[in-house]
Amino acid sequence: MNSRIAAIASNTFREAVRDRVLYNLIGFAVLMAGASILVGQISVDIEKLVVINLGLTAVSLFGVIIAIFIGIGLVSKEIDKRTLYTVLSRPVQRWEFILGKFFGLAGTLAVNTVCMAAGVFLSLLYVAHHLIKDDVSILAALYFIVLQFLMITALTLLFSSFSSPLLSALFSFSLFVMGNFSTDLHMFAGVEKGLNRWLAIAASYVVPNLSALNVISSVAHGEPVAGRLILANTAYALFYSAMVLCGAVLIFERRNLK
Amino acid sequence: MSAIEILGIEKTYSVGFWRKRQKCALKPLHLTVEDGEVFGFLGPNGAGKTTTLKLLMGLMYPTAGSARILGLEINDPRMKAQIGFLPEQPYFYDYLTARELLDYYGRLSGVAAKELPQRIAAVLDRVGLSSSANVQLRKFSKGMLQRAGIAQAILHDPKIIFLDEPMSGLDPMGRREVRDLMVQLKQEGKTVFFSTHILSDAEALCDRVAVIHQGELRGVGAVDELTAKVQGKVEIIWQGATLPAALKALGAQGQITADTARAEIEDSQLDAAIDILRREHCRLISVNPVRGTLEEFFMQKMKAPDHASASSEKNTAHKGASA
Amino acid sequence: MKPSRSVTWIAGLLLSVCFTVSATLVRVVDRLYPTTAIEDVLYLKSSNLKWMSLGYTGLMADIYWTRAVQYYGTNHVLDTRHYDLLAPLLDITTDLDPKLIVAYQYGAAFLAPPPPSGAGLPDQAVALMEKGIRANPDNWRLYQCLGFVHYMDRKDYAAAAQAFLRGSATPNAHPSLKILAGRMAEKAGDMETARMMWAVTYDTAQAESIKENAAQHLIAIQVAEDATELEKIVDLYRAKTGRLPTSFRDLGQANLLAGIPLDPLNQPYILTADGHIEVRHPEKFRFLEKGLPKGYTPPPNARN
Repeated sequence: MNSRIAAIASNTFREAVRDRVLYNLIGFAVLMAGASILVGQISVDIEKLVVINLGLTAVSLFGVIIAIFIGIGLVSKEIDKRTLYTVLSRPVQRWEFILGKFFGLAGTLAVNTVCMAAGVFLSLLYVAHHLIKDDVSILAALYFIVLQFLMITALTLLFSSFSSPLLSALFSFSLFVMGNFSTDLHMFAGVEKGLNRWLAIAASYVVPNLSALNVISSVAHGEPVAGRLILANTAYALFYSAMVLCGAVLIFERRNLK
Repeated sequence: MSAIEILGIEKTYSVGFWRKRQKCALKPLHLTVEDGEVFGFLGPNGAGKTTTLKLLMGLMYPTAGSARILGLEINDPRMKAQIGFLPEQPYFYDYLTARELLDYYGRLSGVAAKELPQRIAAVLDRVGLSSSANVQLRKFSKGMLQRAGIAQAILHDPKIIFLDEPMSGLDPMGRREVRDLMVQLKQEGKTVFFSTHILSDAEALCDRVAVIHQGELRGVGAVDELTAKVQGKVEIIWQGATLPAALKALGAQGQITADTARAEIEDSQLDAAIDILRREHCRLISVNPVRGTLEEFFMQKMKAPDHASASSEKNTAHKGASA
Repeated sequence: MKPSRSVTWIAGLLLSVCFTVSATLVRVVDRLYPTTAIEDVLYLKSSNLKWMSLGYTGLMADIYWTRAVQYYGTNHVLDTRHYDLLAPLLDITTDLDPKLIVAYQYGAAFLAPPPPSGAGLPDQAVALMEKGIRANPDNWRLYQCLGFVHYMDRKDYAAAAQAFLRGSATPNAHPSLKILAGRMAEKAGDMETARMMWAVTYDTAQAESIKENAAQHLIAIQVAEDATELEKIVDLYRAKTGRLPTSFRDLGQANLLAGIPLDPLNQPYILTADGHIEVRHPEKFRFLEKGLPKGYTPPPNARN
């Protein structure tokens, strides 16, 4: 079982690399370099703030865009090209296929993040000239960004397992935006009454809680990230992704591949 | 135990905006394929051939009925390890090389990691792609892709190979290559089940054929029997532009094409007919017993639902006169 | 040849479990999330925020409005007695959507009054109202709110009168505005005027919380009126009989009162030995000035 999932995962990774998708890293590197040089005109305090804010936001956004662009085709592309037929005629279970795709894309995004993180740290070194102990919290912010990718990947895979790439992209992107306002969604649930309240509560459980994973501005101000928050967010991201993947497995298992 | 047993599989879709109308893609199908047979599944486009294959591969779920392959259930991994499948006009992962493709499929099929490189090399050699082993599939021609497809289907040495329209879109050379491969597979004792709408291929390769049209099985027959000598009739071909009246009087039925004439007459009238033609100074080209063609069988089955003969043939255990 | 039953069961079960766990964790995570997040909001200038909303300023305004309400509500329940962020939040909300009238009303209701029910910033409330009036010069509600703040919290009756007068000139103005303008001159300190103010607020408020607040004030006024009335009757009785009544029945027997008087919560009033009127359940009232037992201090954040 593991070797089959691993085979599918590494194949997905290989596809992403060869599809020249990871060339976004070059674009990112250019962006970071340019920003650091521009920012070098202002005072030192703000420099660091801007580099961290800009850098981490770019890592997050680039990653989400890639996650959605690749994710929406994960299943539908294999159906279009009929590769899925040959794969499933092998002793591969449908759920193994879904898991393999998930790990492949998640792995791609993790590698992508590591490369971009290196870029952020280099820019930081350039503007601040040395790193201080507090900068460790940047790693926590990056870790949260990776957790965010896990959830988005699971969601795009879920949608890809039954709908067209365009609809998948729409749904995933909407959930991403709503997820970033999830704190407000919870507040809204607290303020409203009756049916609206229940709808808001239901939505807040279904929508990924991305705003709690966004510690970019506090990290930019040099604040540490609480250990308990790291634990809670890790558990949340894992359980949420698992939940979504179960949904994908359930749907895909039943699907008649016309 | 037959290689493939199809027990009343059927497939109906709900179509329309509200999914209320029913569309029947495959009526209950009963069919058996024996070990070592090359079985042709014939029918025009949209007849239900691909639907049947997808149902057998577990890509679609039947509305009713079941099937067993090698005595095992359809989604049984043990069964899948022993079958290979080539879908119609596949594209494959075009960013992979042929070798990488086979490595991927090999790992999915559970081929031991140690054996894999040799197997891949052997299979590539067999399908004639050794020189292109490290070329990305996006650069392959259609014929090469089809051969790569067969390579992945036979890589793990399966007992049964399923092919959906294996010759489609190929040039004559490509078709020849695929045909040769299929003959080889048969010689190795593998069971081959393939669908096609090209009758000449089926006639050349198959032991038995089934005709399917509009989702319904119309008939099953052994190719040898179907193309056997038709008793009592002889075909004469000669050079000439007319059918001599005397020949017609003998009850001959003839056709003229350009400067060649062809007529069919009873066996008993053969000598008389030859005499007539010699009197007319016509130059004989050939004299042959009339044989049935698969085409005739096909056309006949397409015309009318042949429930009686279909049910009597469905459980034929014999392979006809084939080896 | 059906979808695998074991896969369906396991995946289904796992999905339910994961959903429950993740739903629980959502609350945990929210509590642990650094609350500086809300303060961060204030580092952003409104102009930047407008640009960042990509033109969806209405939606952003609604989001900030929700945050303002939540902020006030949370601090009120926790009885922190300070609402430092309320003014900036309302400011941002009204910058993003100057026509969001309810935000201005909220400011009048909860920025101006002193803690624990408000932020104690009547001048900022006035500034907010004036800002609203600049953006919505024909909306009578804003003038009513402005006059209200001048009257209730700043006790500047002249300014209140001016506000009401300006408001009464707008199209479709509530009829009370003209009357209130008139009353400012002589009867500013009247209970009747106060009642009228709160009644108008109650009728025209666009948010539940503002309405509820006004209702509580009206109840308090009612109690004050009842207590005054009843104490007058007690004085009459004393004048008549030379002693204090022992119960309401005494007053009834002297033909001064019919029946047992009930407070706005339908509980009978208490007649104390020294002739004062008190409510039976003082903890159920807010804003009472008359009718409370002697030396009674309301528990922190007493509410229904």
